[in-house]
Amino acid sequence: MAENNAAPESIQVVNVPKRRRGSSMAKRNAIAGILWTLPFTIGFVAFMLVPIFESAYMAFSNVTIDITHHSYVKEFIGLKNFDYILNVDPMYKRQLFESLGNMGLQIVAVLIFSYFVAFLLNQEFKGRAFVRAVFFLPVILSSGILVNLDTQNSLLKDMTQLIKESNNAASRITGVLEDVLASGNGQISDLMQTIFDLVNSVYDIAIASGIQIIIFLSGLQTIPASMYEASKMEGCTGWESFWKITFPMTSSLIIVNVVYSIIDFCTRSDNVVMSQVKATMLQKMDYGQTSAMAWLYFAFIGVIVALVTFIISKWVYYYE
Amino acid sequence: MSKEKEIKLDTKMSYWERNRLSHGYLLRKSIRKWSISIFRAVLLFGLCFLIVQPLLNKLSVSFMQENDLYDSTIISIPRHFTTENYKLVAELIEYKSALLNTTWVSLLSSFLQIVSCTMIGYGFARYKFPLKNLLFACVMLTIIIPPQTIMSSLYLHFQFFDFVDFFGIFKLITGKSITQVSLIGNGVAYFMLAATGMALRSGLYIFMLRQYFRGVPKELEEAAYVDGCGKIRTFIQIMLPDARPMLTSVFLFSLVWQWTDNFYSTLFFRKITLLTTHLGTIPEKLLIRSGTNTPPATAYGQMMTATGMLITIAPLLILYMFAQKGFVESLSQTGIKM
Repeated sequence: MAENNAAPESIQVVNVPKRRRGSSMAKRNAIAGILWTLPFTIGFVAFMLVPIFESAYMAFSNVTIDITHHSYVKEFIGLKNFDYILNVDPMYKRQLFESLGNMGLQIVAVLIFSYFVAFLLNQEFKGRAFVRAVFFLPVILSSGILVNLDTQNSLLKDMTQLIKESNNAASRITGVLEDVLASGNGQISDLMQTIFDLVNSVYDIAIASGIQIIIFLSGLQTIPASMYEASKMEGCTGWESFWKITFPMTSSLIIVNVVYSIIDFCTRSDNVVMSQVKATMLQKMDYGQTSAMAWLYFAFIGVIVALVTFIISKWVYYYE
Repeated sequence: MSKEKEIKLDTKMSYWERNRLSHGYLLRKSIRKWSISIFRAVLLFGLCFLIVQPLLNKLSVSFMQENDLYDSTIISIPRHFTTENYKLVAELIEYKSALLNTTWVSLLSSFLQIVSCTMIGYGFARYKFPLKNLLFACVMLTIIIPPQTIMSSLYLHFQFFDFVDFFGIFKLITGKSITQVSLIGNGVAYFMLAATGMALRSGLYIFMLRQYFRGVPKELEEAAYVDGCGKIRTFIQIMLPDARPMLTSVFLFSLVWQWTDNFYSTLFFRKITLLTTHLGTIPEKLLIRSGTNTPPATAYGQMMTATGMLITIAPLLILYMFAQKGFVESLSQTGIKM
């Protein structure tokens, strides 16, 4: 023991000649760090910070293009743009609230669906690689313009409908069930109706949850198997180990997925508000109104993201 | 001694004998196991079918003739098999040149994106420097702010872009600008965004790569530094080769999302025909081509759109078939956490 203790002291005694000129390791590392991240700093300042302030200013001003001077003029008009889009524009207000409502529903559904599928795909069974490949296919199929065109395409929808109807027996059973549970009025049947609507739009949900499945799956795979073993030895059932181990261990990913889903929903090309914003810009050429529309939408989204993150982070469990 | 005997007997006993010895537990357990796996198989088959079905629908529609669409006895197998649709659509969206353009645009922008994002991610993961947390919060901000919010300003910014007099100080003094150029049509603007980590979902890639580099043990680099390896050489020779699966995955994602993107491509690639630019306007193109005032039947236009979508994503599907592992496996290894 004594020998071991003495060893570090003897090292400390050795006098390392101090470098007078040049900089310390920490300083050089700091410079390196700044240099590595320099592209982002430049990009952020030039293409994010400047446009953010500019478009925020545009939202409160009337923008006119001056062709002769090759520039644009911003004239401050206060809240007139917001007044216009909220009180004069017939579409915007309705679209805004509809889109927010849809978002809430869809995100809850996507979360439950992707968690469930990730749980299934984490189990051992034959053909798992193939099933995984199919489930991640929406990452390609639902990106960019494709999802927009898919929702517009009534021909393909009719075909899907036909195939659905040809499975008579199944649709009759669910139809009767739907009639029984969702008939009448009152909150329960409204809730049932909402759930049935969600079940009927399971394709939209499946196609929107490719990345979320991957994220949950990666979380499930990082749970050490020894935890399950220990709980099994103590007599834990599968149901209990799910709620006591699996769910808390993956709870931090729920925030990631909620935020990702919200952003994905906002920026998808079939989002009504966003396509309206884009149309205002490219057809009407009213840049002030465009900014006002986009900022109002983003303000709502920002508040929702902040609220949801705050609420969920209260009961998220961090293992480390 | 008796225990050994039992085990020996066990291997020779039939299933039912063993079941009897366990008082029915074995049977119950295997029934449960089988029913779970059957239930899972049915469920997964259904869900897989659900996801693949639109693709199959498009495939079957694309081989139909127009009158097959109105025949109610035909659901998914075309009676008059034809490849005419493909020829027509390829002509309408200028498939050959569009494919070529999309390929080089996607490759170039994904390449720029991956280079910049890897550097930035590595810088965030490994070095401590002042205001690092603030800067990383900015990365998160770029993920959260939808590009649509700033698009009007960005668009005008690039429309009247100035390399020399970037913040317009010179212009403020003299009243006019000499070095102003429009970068909108040819995509230069977008490549500038990609090189500075501000393009489509760049924030997400920075986040993923930072997460990955944080997981790599520091000892690797320390050993290299001790041996006298410089910072850049350590990064290229030690870090990059190990990160290859992750980089492949990010590259593939970036390629695919760039390929199908139509937000940035309609904004910044006006003069370059990409696959996605004409996809939404196929019915109008059909109208122009017919030379009459009557628009083509909705179903016909949509059949063509479906065919167009199919040939747009065909290269991606082929890529996905071969590089499926690259998409998924490495991403699930990073352990994305917040």
